[in-house]
Amino acid sequence: MAKVAVVGAGMTKFVRRAQETGRELSWQAAKMALDSAGLTLKDVDAVVIGSAPDAFDGVHMKGEYLADGSGAWRKPCIRNFVGGATGVFAPIQGWYHIASGQFDTVLVVCEEKMSSCHPHPQGAFITIFDHTTERPLGPNLLWIFALEMNRYMTVHGITKEEIALVAVKNKKNALDHPCAQLGEELTVEDVLNSEVLAWPVNRLDVSPASDGAAAVVMCAEHVAKRVSDKPVWVEGVGWHLDTAYWTNRDLYYPRYVEYAARMAYEMAGIKEPRKEIHIVEPYDPFDYKELHHLEGLLLCERGGAARLTADGVTQRDGDLPVCPSGGLLGVGNPIAAAGLMKVCELFWQLRGEAGKRQVPGTPRRGLAQAWGDLMQVGTVIILGR
Amino acid sequence: MTVKIKEWPGTALSSRDIEEGRVLTVRHKLKAEYAWDAGVAIGRYLRELKNGRLVARRCGGCDRILLPPRMFCEQCFVPTDEWVYVEDTGTVNTFSICYVRWDVARLKEPLLPAVINVDGASPGMGILHLLGEVRPEDVHIGMRVRAVWKSPGEREGAITDIKYWKPVQGG
Ligand SMILES: [Zn+2]
Repeated sequence: MAKVAVVGAGMTKFVRRAQETGRELSWQAAKMALDSAGLTLKDVDAVVIGSAPDAFDGVHMKGEYLADGSGAWRKPCIRNFVGGATGVFAPIQGWYHIASGQFDTVLVVCEEKMSSCHPHPQGAFITIFDHTTERPLGPNLLWIFALEMNRYMTVHGITKEEIALVAVKNKKNALDHPCAQLGEELTVEDVLNSEVLAWPVNRLDVSPASDGAAAVVMCAEHVAKRVSDKPVWVEGVGWHLDTAYWTNRDLYYPRYVEYAARMAYEMAGIKEPRKEIHIVEPYDPFDYKELHHLEGLLLCERGGAARLTADGVTQRDGDLPVCPSGGLLGVGNPIAAAGLMKVCELFWQLRGEAGKRQVPGTPRRGLAQAWGDLMQVGTVIILGR
Repeated sequence: MTVKIKEWPGTALSSRDIEEGRVLTVRHKLKAEYAWDAGVAIGRYLRELKNGRLVARRCGGCDRILLPPRMFCEQCFVPTDEWVYVEDTGTVNTFSICYVRWDVARLKEPLLPAVINVDGASPGMGILHLLGEVRPEDVHIGMRVRAVWKSPGEREGAITDIKYWKPVQGG
């Protein structure tokens, strides 16, 4: 299989409401990614666009809508949408576009503009519930997270205090991210005392609604060696889907994340993930999800992620830095762009270009993971230098 | 690279920018109506709800009793074999105490959504529903519950023919 590298990355600020349209945000991120790679649109053979529900923007066929800003006009282009997992699936698609030998250089752009949806973007999520057996009960998106978090806490005997440490860590890390929406110095008490939305979920357990875009440039080995002195290689990819009968699964453990991770580890030749992965950017739309996903990624035993967090292992200067970017909780959560932001972070970290966020010890390999739909899709990418 | 970039793109708006007309917006209300066919399996499920019963499907391939019922087994990928009535009692698998609506407007009285593992269905075959006649602080995972049905005249063949599930005495 052809080797594939990431050679450029870009992103916009993540903000609650951006003046720019989705097309303008996409252009800003795409242009920055191309510039950083020293490439122009002429060098791009194909484009991958990632964007979550059309309902946020109120624009049907958002892929086509975003195509000009993403550099896709008159080029082969595909838009993917696998819920919250989209932002990591987009570079996986970029990878197989190139690994297949069909294209040499692919521009991957992810955008979300959630602020267009009124009165609240949460309304756009109602249609994920089954229209006949669930929606008449008046659900909202918070329900599934609250139900999953409670199940996870109860099965393992994990407390809200232990989980709140994740929000404190990620929002603190985000203070060092120039694009962050919610960088903040908080205490566990602040999180516990914030408004209860759907117990056990409080307001500060949740990432914000955001507008923003992110992009990466990927290319085949022979191009990467010509255009970049520091290419970052795609070492592994994995994705997996579980049943949409979400009430028929035990929510305490994300099995689909494990299967996606195993696929990526096998491709990367990784036998002991805990020793061989040096930075992790798991999907953290809610603080407990970071713990849940670390377990699914086999980076600790089931129920063990809270201990890891309490011991400081997951701090930026810890033994296994987790969300050194600040994550969705701190940088913000423009769904698809948030997932790709994690891949940008790995790119910058592995090249030693993350500035104040730089993880010490010249990490060699990082993993980004995203997750979505009815808690059923897992996507994983492993990058190394 | 991030170290070299001084100005990051993206312009944050405040609500005042919009209220005071410094930026322009266009508003539009989508009007879309749908009539969803319940389908074969859920169609029967709804008809049985109207009769005050919960019905599941058994798959001969894996011997699971599937709830909600389906006409094919997604694991064995074969047609399911028979209708099986299950109980209207069960166990709370997980729950939440929810203080907000879909638009994040505050609720006066919290809703108590729960996944309920229904007796008679295979282990782990839960459905989403609501709890009632219980104080939020008394709800716990593992709590035994029973469906509270609307009266036969009120039932219309909908999941809401069960008003909610309430604790079973001694549960
Ligand atoms: Zn079966």
